[in-house]
Amino acid sequence: MAVDLSPIDESLLAEIAGLHGMPKGAFNIRKDGELLRRSSSAFIDIETKTDNPGIDIRIKPGTKGETIYIPVIVTQSGLKDVVYNTFYIGEDCDVKIIAGCGIHNDSHEASEHDGIHSFYCGKNSRIQYIEKHYGQGEGTGERILNPVTNVYMEEGSSCEMEMVQLRGVTSTTRDTNAELGKGAKLVLIEKLLTHDKQVAVSNMNVQLNGEDSSVRVISRSVAQDDSVQIFNPLVTGNAACRGHVECDAILMGNAKVKAIPGIEAAHEDAMLVHEAAIGKIAGDQITKLMTLGLTSEEAEQEILEDFLN
Amino acid sequence: MLELRNIVFEVPTGKDGEIKRIIDDLSLTIEDDRFTVITGPNGGGKSTLAKLIMGIEQPTSGQILFNGQDITNMPITERAQLGIGYGFQQPARFKGMKVKKLLDIAAGRKLPMLACNEYLQKVGLCSASYLTREVDKSLSGGEVKRIEIATILARDPKLAIYDEPEAGIDLWSFDRLTETFRDIHEARDGRSIVIISHQERIIQLADEIVLLRNGKVAETGTPADLMPKLGFAAKGIGDCPFTQPTVLHLTEIPTTC
Ligand SMILES: Nc1ncnc2c1ncn2[C@@H]1O[C@H](COP(=O)(O)OP(=O)(O)OP(=O)(O)O)[C@@H](O)[C@H]1O
Ligand SMILES: [Mg+2]
Repeated sequence: MAVDLSPIDESLLAEIAGLHGMPKGAFNIRKDGELLRRSSSAFIDIETKTDNPGIDIRIKPGTKGETIYIPVIVTQSGLKDVVYNTFYIGEDCDVKIIAGCGIHNDSHEASEHDGIHSFYCGKNSRIQYIEKHYGQGEGTGERILNPVTNVYMEEGSSCEMEMVQLRGVTSTTRDTNAELGKGAKLVLIEKLLTHDKQVAVSNMNVQLNGEDSSVRVISRSVAQDDSVQIFNPLVTGNAACRGHVECDAILMGNAKVKAIPGIEAAHEDAMLVHEAAIGKIAGDQITKLMTLGLTSEEAEQEILEDFLN
Repeated sequence: MLELRNIVFEVPTGKDGEIKRIIDDLSLTIEDDRFTVITGPNGGGKSTLAKLIMGIEQPTSGQILFNGQDITNMPITERAQLGIGYGFQQPARFKGMKVKKLLDIAAGRKLPMLACNEYLQKVGLCSASYLTREVDKSLSGGEVKRIEIATILARDPKLAIYDEPEAGIDLWSFDRLTETFRDIHEARDGRSIVIISHQERIIQLADEIVLLRNGKVAETGTPADLMPKLGFAAKGIGDCPFTQPTVLHLTEIPTTC
């Protein structure tokens, strides 16, 4: 299949998935609501869904060391792309999944991509999931991303999900739901930077159902200008389990951040902790970096960069 | 050479425009190649003086000259670039910033691992694993303090001011640190060290001791001159007289935590 990637496509793919050209192994690249190119591998099968738009990704038991790319790019304005991607990950796998969506919008019309990702994590499998969201373009048209992530974790599985949205997305509502079985381990890392009049809402609902299951939610965000962020992580412990929720936000300009971390223990041996901190960059941090020769702007930049590392 | 001329630093106390004088018409010269220790009672104005030199605070009046150049109104960044460095009494912590990165920023370039390890060793942090640690609240007080000192070593300024480098540091690291200061001093390569300290062993290393009290230089001299007097001077301050009459504004003291 011949594929024409414009310079804009290439820059979006590099930004969200670190891709330069086509990846090796299994991948699926979607552009403006249509398949651009797909490849399955010996252990990973990618097929178009028959009921909904989207794909089923089946990873054979025991698959180790493979990376799957499923980036989406939107360059057409006025487009609302809804896609369902479902991962069936076999037992004893160890894989990395790189997703993400980049929108380039030069028009006054809105562009929207809503990705509904579901992960069925087999027994003792390990999954690393990285999802980057990014928007660019000169237009006044909104760049909207409303992702839904559902994670179903079987006994002994572990999953680390890093969801990053730094700049350019006008409006986002993110819903993350997880159910953990016995001994399952989930780490949810969320990194967010909003600016101008952007709005970001992140809802999480993690159910710790299995004995010895654990979750760590780490949210780091920077809200600049007139942007608004709302965090709503909820962790429920239904067994002897451990949960830790940490929301940390840096506030700049006239931005607003609201963090409502919730923990609910429905079992006497559930150990749940939440911490939330919202504040300006500490003055002593800027001063320290200035005494090391940085200007205050450079210092601020450095502090934000490391905070979101 | 650093020259402080008639430095006054006053702050408003918040009550009907009243002001408090923290540095009181202070003049002091610090020559190149010198090891100066500033000591004196808590609240005497030592850290304030260091912040005035670094540009973190602005004097109400007076003049600061560095190698003949008037730096009184110069911003912090430019003073840093001129070669003034300050190791804070209470170091800042940074979420997400690695020790390695902070050392790189201090040095103004990407440091080779070997060099980083050397700086850490000089402050008694004898494990390369510190380099990948974050300079956040996960570090202990003594660790963060020693990393602060390491940033000044990496920066290698012409005039380095260390504010109570010994505070919170264990005996072994303290030994290592004293050695480090002695080495820098013995190199005599035009660098000056100013250490704010209450530690006899550091005071004894000094070429010159400055005793700062009530925002004024009370005495200066060599350790031989001043050590015998210091004990006396320190003890002669008096037995904590309360201001008379003792005015307590109960409404100003928060009773909730
Ligand atoms: N910005 C400020 N506003 C009000 N008071 C101040 C301010 N800065 C310093 N002070 C006061 O000035 C005095 C000197 O403070 P400074 O920190 O310089 O003392 P120090 O000699 O370093 O003491 P220590 O040995 O405890 O470190 C103290 O009484 C302090 O409370
Ligand atoms: Mg002090």
